[in-house]
Amino acid sequence: MPRQSNQATVPREAAPQTGKIRRLHLPQKLRNLELFLLTIACGVNLGAVVLVQLGALGLIDTTLVLLGASLSGLVFALHFVLRFVAREADPFLLPIATLLNGLGIAMIYRIDIANNESGWASAAVRQTVWSGMAIACAIAVILIIRNHRVLFRYTYVAGFVGVALLLLPLVPGLGREVSGARVWIGIGDFATFQPGEIAKIALAVFFAGYLVRNRDSLSMVGKKFLGMRFPRLRDLGPILVVWALSMSVIIFQRDLGTALLYFGLFLVMLYLATARLSWVLLGMALFLGGALIASQTLEYVNGRFTNWLDALNPVVYDAAGGSYQLVQGLFGLAKGGLIGTGLGQGRPELTPVPQSDYIIASLGEELGLAGIFAILALYLLLVARGFRIGFAGQDDFGKLLGVGLSFVIALQCFIVIGGVTRVIPLTGLTTPFLAAGGSSLVANWIIVALLLRLSDTVRNQPRLVV
Amino acid sequence: MNRELKRVSAVVLLMFVALLCSTSIVQVFQSDNLAADDRNTRTLLDSYSVERGAILAGGEPIAQSIPVDDNFKFQRTYINGLLYAPVTGFIPVNGAPTGLEQALNGELSGTSNAQFFDQVSSLVTGQDPKGAAVETSIDPVAQQAAWDALDDLTGSVVVTEPATGRVLAMVSKPSYDPNTLAVHDSAAVNDTYASLVDAPGDPLINRAINSLNPPGSVFKVVVVAAALESGQFTPDSTFPNPASFQLPGSSSVVTNSGGGTCGGGDTVTIATALALSCNIPMAELGLQLGDDAIREMAEKFGFNSEFTIPLSVTASTYPDNPDAAQTALSAFGQTSVQATPLQMALVSATIANGGIQMQPNLVDEILAPDLSSLQTFEPVAADRVLSAETAATMTRLMVNGVQEGAASNARIDGVDVAGKTGTAENGDDDPYTLWFTGFAPADDPQYAITVLIEDGGGLGQTGYGNLLAAPIAKQVLEAVLNK
Repeated sequence: MPRQSNQATVPREAAPQTGKIRRLHLPQKLRNLELFLLTIACGVNLGAVVLVQLGALGLIDTTLVLLGASLSGLVFALHFVLRFVAREADPFLLPIATLLNGLGIAMIYRIDIANNESGWASAAVRQTVWSGMAIACAIAVILIIRNHRVLFRYTYVAGFVGVALLLLPLVPGLGREVSGARVWIGIGDFATFQPGEIAKIALAVFFAGYLVRNRDSLSMVGKKFLGMRFPRLRDLGPILVVWALSMSVIIFQRDLGTALLYFGLFLVMLYLATARLSWVLLGMALFLGGALIASQTLEYVNGRFTNWLDALNPVVYDAAGGSYQLVQGLFGLAKGGLIGTGLGQGRPELTPVPQSDYIIASLGEELGLAGIFAILALYLLLVARGFRIGFAGQDDFGKLLGVGLSFVIALQCFIVIGGVTRVIPLTGLTTPFLAAGGSSLVANWIIVALLLRLSDTVRNQPRLVV
Repeated sequence: MNRELKRVSAVVLLMFVALLCSTSIVQVFQSDNLAADDRNTRTLLDSYSVERGAILAGGEPIAQSIPVDDNFKFQRTYINGLLYAPVTGFIPVNGAPTGLEQALNGELSGTSNAQFFDQVSSLVTGQDPKGAAVETSIDPVAQQAAWDALDDLTGSVVVTEPATGRVLAMVSKPSYDPNTLAVHDSAAVNDTYASLVDAPGDPLINRAINSLNPPGSVFKVVVVAAALESGQFTPDSTFPNPASFQLPGSSSVVTNSGGGTCGGGDTVTIATALALSCNIPMAELGLQLGDDAIREMAEKFGFNSEFTIPLSVTASTYPDNPDAAQTALSAFGQTSVQATPLQMALVSATIANGGIQMQPNLVDEILAPDLSSLQTFEPVAADRVLSAETAATMTRLMVNGVQEGAASNARIDGVDVAGKTGTAENGDDDPYTLWFTGFAPADDPQYAITVLIEDGGGLGQTGYGNLLAAPIAKQVLEAVLNK
């Protein structure tokens, strides 16, 4: 594939005639497929809520069903918006996001029932309202950003916004500490928000733009050593800055997961842009070194490692901040077994924070290994559709952005689910779309909107035939 | 860029494969171990949400689950809880069960392997699974008689059926009400439990099977049996009959209870020594026999090993390497010889059964919810402990002890009772431990009984076995024989 310089890329608007003509005459095959899948997704979600009610309450309560129906309405609105402004967008993204979001709400609702929460105290009601806002944000993004290349212009603005959002919780009076991690902001007692979730989008935009601009100097020069070309010392600047940022998140915000997420995202995008394995090795060495030092010096990091390696040890289990939660989650998953207890029939409420960090354990308990596999398959499909943009894309900025945004979802899944199932030490991150939490929902729906936009661009662009 | 993208795709795929593996490991391969973990409250709560089977005595429930409208769905209720607490135990909402509730938890909660097909069918039909009922061997008449006879003493009464090993009564006092520990309020359960742990007399301990005391003179039965089985002695073998006996290699002196010689004369037979429960001839016999022969006989009877009925029974002990003085003391059940009431009941029952020991057992049958039998417990002969002749001789000696000897208070008109009393010393100033073990009728043994009274029966060092323990045995035997 010929590599295009940024300036040479032909914007979509440059060929308005062909576009218009195609729109008039071609049936919207993709959108019809999306509509079909979306109907199934909404049906599954409705079924999940009803099953929760039958399983846990033994009756059907219509209020939440109505709330869910209005949410479905909003999703269909997004679908119709796509019919007009992104008709060639990928048809799988929206149904997958809808399904995951709905399953999350059903499980959160199920835990509300166990905890006797209702009305505004009910996390499920809040999650539904947040979902509505998140989907509205996605619609807005689709409508405002008609061409993703606009974002390229704001590379450094995005970088600044990303870093600012990341550091916002450290501002005295604004930051909030929840279970040890200082990654929240809040005004008064309400409206807490995790700005780091939005920051990941801004940072992905920044990384994509920055790397496309500077990759030549990052990839061409340097000494060869052990068959790999290592960068010059002066080119180490960016990776060191991101590394320092990640380390400060570990030290000051006490959030291992977020740090890992951003650094991993940067490394992958750097590798894609420069095709240099040496960057990855260097970055991994830096991060592992930092994490190792942190595990020796920072008590909370050290505790995470102990909990991970020796979870079932009674001493670790009973310690304050010990592996109690982790082991309770394992008990829940084990209870679920192959096919699960059925929605509303397990005891996910016995695990601490079963609706946020541990929602995957809650789902595993009630839907079993079969349910977990289905959910993992949905994530994998979502990520694969994102990667498709990278494979088929025409401009490097779009490719990098699409892959970066998809990879961030994959990595986040790995960090959370891997933490719950003891692949890696447990760190607090939200499970995309499923976990209770407004900021995460808004961020992930914006990612979906951007991926939709990118995929539309990819299909609409006439391929350069040389 | 696409080459790199492929590699990144492979990494993402690997990450997801790792997740697929880890969830499979937790949910399938480790799930049994995790479910069996003591800390897994899900397993405990699950055992509540099924209708737990009843525990029955004489066909009547002594523990059953009654539907209630809360998270646990069923309230475990113990009928006549104080009386049957050592049998049933209790199942709390926030901890480990005890007694039969613990020993047969799988059956009671419907999760045992025998109930596998019921579990599958309830999965298919959608009906709630039910636990199996447990029919105990407890005879309510014997249990009540033993409870009444023990009055407010600290101790235990065990009655077994010699021919089958069935446990007919198992009383331990002081007792507790298991209902107070089965309430659906963790805090209340914890408070009650803590106060029971601190309560005088340790009501939570099942003395019949878990309390070790020096057996004192009741252990002489084991020593005499060992002597007869050795072939070197007969009941008429004689020993010097001094009024005091200096222990070899020690400055300590042994006397007979009450002082003086054992009956009259310069020598005394084993038969007389056992009937009058004398210490000095027994010490002499023990020294001649040696600790190995005594230990071997004790272990044949069941000492030095734990067993289950299916409740776990603490191992009664005979010391490993006693010196000569300790061997002499062990011959009349002192020094580090320790026994549970059930173990002593087993000794009597074995003699009563012609020398063949039947495995003690508290459970007759396990009944599925549809009342079909899941499992019946047939009598199992453990081992021949004594020859038939030795058993017959021992019976004759023990009958003699009740009719003419030191166990006279166990006499019942018209029935030959075989028995042996015991009065064991604990510390220098500590109250005695009082015992009776025996069986009746001697010619056709139906009941073997052992009575244990701790804390001197409230009489410090003035009480003795024949004064307090033998009358209790008599009262219980009369009640069951007249039934």
